[in-house]
Amino acid sequence: MIIDTSGPPVLPAKQVADFKPSLLLGEHSLCPGCGEPVALRILLEVLQELDIVQRTIGVVGHGCYGSFVRIMDVDVLQCLHGRAPACATGIKRVRPGVAVFTLQGDGDMANEGLQEVLHAAARGENITCVMLNNGVFGDTGGQQTATTVLGQRTKTSIDGRDPELHGYPIPVADLVASLRGSAYVARGAVSTAAGVLQAKRMLRKAFQTQLDGAGFSLVEILTMCPTGWFVPTAEGPTYQQGTMEQTYGIGELVTR
Amino acid sequence: MSRGTLVIDVDRCKGCELCLAACPPNVLSMSATVNEQGYRYPELHDGCTGCTACQIVCPDFVFAVYRFTPAS
Repeated sequence: MIIDTSGPPVLPAKQVADFKPSLLLGEHSLCPGCGEPVALRILLEVLQELDIVQRTIGVVGHGCYGSFVRIMDVDVLQCLHGRAPACATGIKRVRPGVAVFTLQGDGDMANEGLQEVLHAAARGENITCVMLNNGVFGDTGGQQTATTVLGQRTKTSIDGRDPELHGYPIPVADLVASLRGSAYVARGAVSTAAGVLQAKRMLRKAFQTQLDGAGFSLVEILTMCPTGWFVPTAEGPTYQQGTMEQTYGIGELVTR
Repeated sequence: MSRGTLVIDVDRCKGCELCLAACPPNVLSMSATVNEQGYRYPELHDGCTGCTACQIVCPDFVFAVYRFTPAS
């Protein structure tokens, strides 16, 4: 028997979860099965739970998530491709009282601006970088990025990434974790409900690290891109668990 | 017997089916008909616990979750 879900229940009940966070003002236009809106939800929820929305400035790179700037009710700067950590550094140094985060993809952070994030981490800038890693340049049509895992099919590695031809993937969180200026580095995934909640705890710790003035924090979140991976949407999480999560590993890399 | 229930905003759904795999009691199934965007959407069967797993994994913010309050 199918239950009527067109409106709130008639029997006495308490609402425990709403459709979307109140900081989201409209609809996003991303593909079915994408993991990035899930990551956006937990990011906005963390800002609300820490009660820092009114003193937060986001710096957004270029990628599919760039369309979020239209619908998120947070002050946002959109900067040159890959340069978000440098812009965030400037904002934080001029206005030390605000919480500054960057929202970048793997193409933005690892291909276009790897040096920006590494230098920001090495300087111990008191900012939080959030990297949404799906292993493809989704916004430009699904080309291979520096974080595409071995064997993964993309539009420009149609038979799978081959180390002989394309080299090896770059684990960004591990690189950042090796730098002394990093105070909190973690890698999460949004492939399961438990994984989403774990990633949310990581984001909360990262922002808390910044609020405590402890130094640079980075959370890499592995997100599904079934369109770019050529898999059915329902198989996106399983594919991610078998490939990206095996290659990179989930967990906290630095806590100081 | 259901301990919880959902409100499903079917017209926002893009039919990715992530909620079906995430549902611990396995009480969601895809509809036979399509919404105004042309996607099939989830339907709820008896046995929902109100655990919010579907709402947590949904990329299109389709679910609101309710837990029934016990009669006093």
